[in-house]
Amino acid sequence: MSVRRLADDQVQPAKFAFNRDFAAQAKVWVSKYPKGREQSAVIPLLMLAQEQDGWVTKTAIEHVADMLRMPYIRALEVATFYTQFQLKPIGTRAHIQVCGTTPCMLRGSEALMDVCRSKIHAEPQHLNEAGTLSWEEVECQGACVNAPMVMIFKDAYEDLTPERLAYIIDRFEAGRPQDIEPGPQIDRVFSAPAGGLTSLKEEPKPAAKTKAAAGAAAKSPAPTQAGKPKREGESETLGTSRPVTPTDQKDEANAQSKTGKAAASRSAGAKAPAAVSDPARPAARKPAAAETVASVAGPATPATAGLSDRSRPAGIDRPAAPDDLKLISGVGPKLEGTLNSLGIYTFKQVAGWKKAERDWVDGYLNFKGRIDRDDWVRQAKALAKGGPEEYFKVFGKKPR
Amino acid sequence: MLADKDRIFTNIYGLHDKSLKGAMARGHWDGTKGILEKGRDWIINEMKASGLRGRGGAGFPTGLKWSFMPKESDGRPHYLVINADESEPGTCKDRDILRHDPHTLIEGCVIAGFSMGAHATYIYVRGEYMREREALQAAIDECYDAGLLGKNSKLGYDMDIYVHHGAGAYICGEETALLESLEGKKGQPRLKPPFPANMGLYGAPTTVNNVESIAVAPTILRRGGAWFAGIGRPNNTGTKLFCVSGHVKTPCTVEEAMSIPFRELIERHCGGIRGGWDNLLAVIPGGSSVPLVPAAQIIDTPMDFDSLRDLKSGLGTAAVIVMDKSTDVIKAIARLSAFYKHESCGQCTPCREGTGWMWRVMERMVRGNAQKREIDMLFDVTKQIEGHTICALGDAAAWPIQGLIRHFRPEMEARIDQYTRNAVQSRNTVLEAAE
Repeated sequence: MSVRRLADDQVQPAKFAFNRDFAAQAKVWVSKYPKGREQSAVIPLLMLAQEQDGWVTKTAIEHVADMLRMPYIRALEVATFYTQFQLKPIGTRAHIQVCGTTPCMLRGSEALMDVCRSKIHAEPQHLNEAGTLSWEEVECQGACVNAPMVMIFKDAYEDLTPERLAYIIDRFEAGRPQDIEPGPQIDRVFSAPAGGLTSLKEEPKPAAKTKAAAGAAAKSPAPTQAGKPKREGESETLGTSRPVTPTDQKDEANAQSKTGKAAASRSAGAKAPAAVSDPARPAARKPAAAETVASVAGPATPATAGLSDRSRPAGIDRPAAPDDLKLISGVGPKLEGTLNSLGIYTFKQVAGWKKAERDWVDGYLNFKGRIDRDDWVRQAKALAKGGPEEYFKVFGKKPR
Repeated sequence: MLADKDRIFTNIYGLHDKSLKGAMARGHWDGTKGILEKGRDWIINEMKASGLRGRGGAGFPTGLKWSFMPKESDGRPHYLVINADESEPGTCKDRDILRHDPHTLIEGCVIAGFSMGAHATYIYVRGEYMREREALQAAIDECYDAGLLGKNSKLGYDMDIYVHHGAGAYICGEETALLESLEGKKGQPRLKPPFPANMGLYGAPTTVNNVESIAVAPTILRRGGAWFAGIGRPNNTGTKLFCVSGHVKTPCTVEEAMSIPFRELIERHCGGIRGGWDNLLAVIPGGSSVPLVPAAQIIDTPMDFDSLRDLKSGLGTAAVIVMDKSTDVIKAIARLSAFYKHESCGQCTPCREGTGWMWRVMERMVRGNAQKREIDMLFDVTKQIEGHTICALGDAAAWPIQGLIRHFRPEMEARIDQYTRNAVQSRNTVLEAAE
């Protein structure tokens, strides 16, 4: 069993009280149990206290015990028994809980802990210098098929690589957790196998929209294939960092596929059957899935309706020197890939998005308005005008 | 292979509409009232006929469990408690039910509650599943709004469902520890008897069931116990959610027929073993608590309770942890020992002291810093912990180590030899340097 003690008296605050919101929630919890059995609510109430203060203080434990009319020792027992209660202050911006149990260990959780050691603190349960971050190794978090994973507050970030975790930690430290979508960090739908479904491929009772989207994605393989060789050729060029020469065989193929792609994207512009197909991804299934998810989330339905292809922003061919879209706060490597796959390569394009286009991209990425919240357009305008220097002038900070 | 039409959890990946409307469109909540009207005995008999065995790990027949509840109330209320404290390493099936297909569970609660005369259900969700809890609560609220739950429900049977949660204690997955925790105490298991069916939550008759066991019940009753019994092998019937993690190409959760051979499960859904079948070292077939099985034995074994028991392992929760030859298998098991040491509730001495002892010895075994006779001693200690504790955590801590010693003793000895050789050599180096 794990030995857990309360924090030192120096760090314990003098008083605790639920704020109005949490007090209301606490009342709901207590009402769930029969009369005389209010003690049952002790775990939920302590959890609310932790949510409010970040950790469980001694005064909070006593306050909860008083509320439920139970002896202090019974509440103290509960607080020290259950390991999810943080008995010491944790990072204000993020507390990274790395799952280290065997299924995650087999898929590389030790490397994740090394990232935490180098970026946060050499020891678990210690704050970094700024007091914003902390980390710990926890036991199985129940997301084993998405291993390795970390839990940060309420959300699980799954299928991680050390690089991705480092990026996530940076985002949290910058106070921008909204830049990262929780859940699998690779191209994958929740716990479904990566690379496409192996079961449940038939629609149980398909909604008309979903079926149409799936059909469209299935019917338009041309751009998907055209995109692929081109990307390979491109990376080849980048890898050797040579200028493009027409004599090079690979680049010839590259150029050919480029024209193919151009034709495909032209036809996409005209008829737009390929609105949701995504060349960067291995299977055309995922966009359909994304579509479905978007249509499932109740409030997002209007956004789905706005996914008509007319408002899809016009894409271009990959320019010789595409802009680093990652400079836009809110765009990571994964999103950059997605945007590239839509034919978005330059700041100028993003800067020119109209409302309808923003909504389309927002809906496509299932972003719930983040493009406007982060004001990509203004950021992109600045970056297009004068690069990072101009960005610094406008926003008073360096990009990213 | 299981056809999609025979899959119970049609929205396990969350690709479709999660709302009540969507669930109804997929066939859930269909004719629930009619099922209730057939009566308690019909339901229990049908559940028994289906051969459904509890999906929480022990595999106790669900219909039989329901029949243990007193037929008439003696004035005490009856409770149904759903164990959604899914913490067994490797297991993440209930998570997908809670967040993507919650209506299967809610409908199951009404039916199961009816068959045991319970008007209140508590769903104990593990503390870490916060988003899952929110999704479940949203689905329950929808059912209240639609008049399927609460007083004067449309179904003609009043049922209230409350969501409760834990705070990160593995032991609360044990049914009596769960009840203790639900009563607002430390999660320390109770002695049995009295069994929960007589004295459970708040001293009242209680049945504790796993999420999956309850969630499959409505579909079984709609399609008939015979349909469910027709899938899989006798005594190991029905469909099952498998969670395949570890060194496969595409780990996933998937609903498959019981008794599907291991090879087929992996080939069909997980893209094969990383590095090919020759690269498979061992498999933990049922969550961390069951002994591992070496590659040669498991490859063509049907994944079900009985055939895995014959291999001295078990199906447990069907959480398949695959290890390829790059795995340090001693370290993998030592990590499980650390897990059990961390999660022991501290109530029984053999487990409280034994899990720590085993972990410390295992840590030395990982390095090889041990005597070979200590392997026998370790095995002996696991035997002394097993069966000498109130709950099964002691057994669960002992079995993985027993499996390791049974199948990988040569590796453990080689590690010790290696360490000894290095130690001797390094001592020589030091001596040479000193001279």
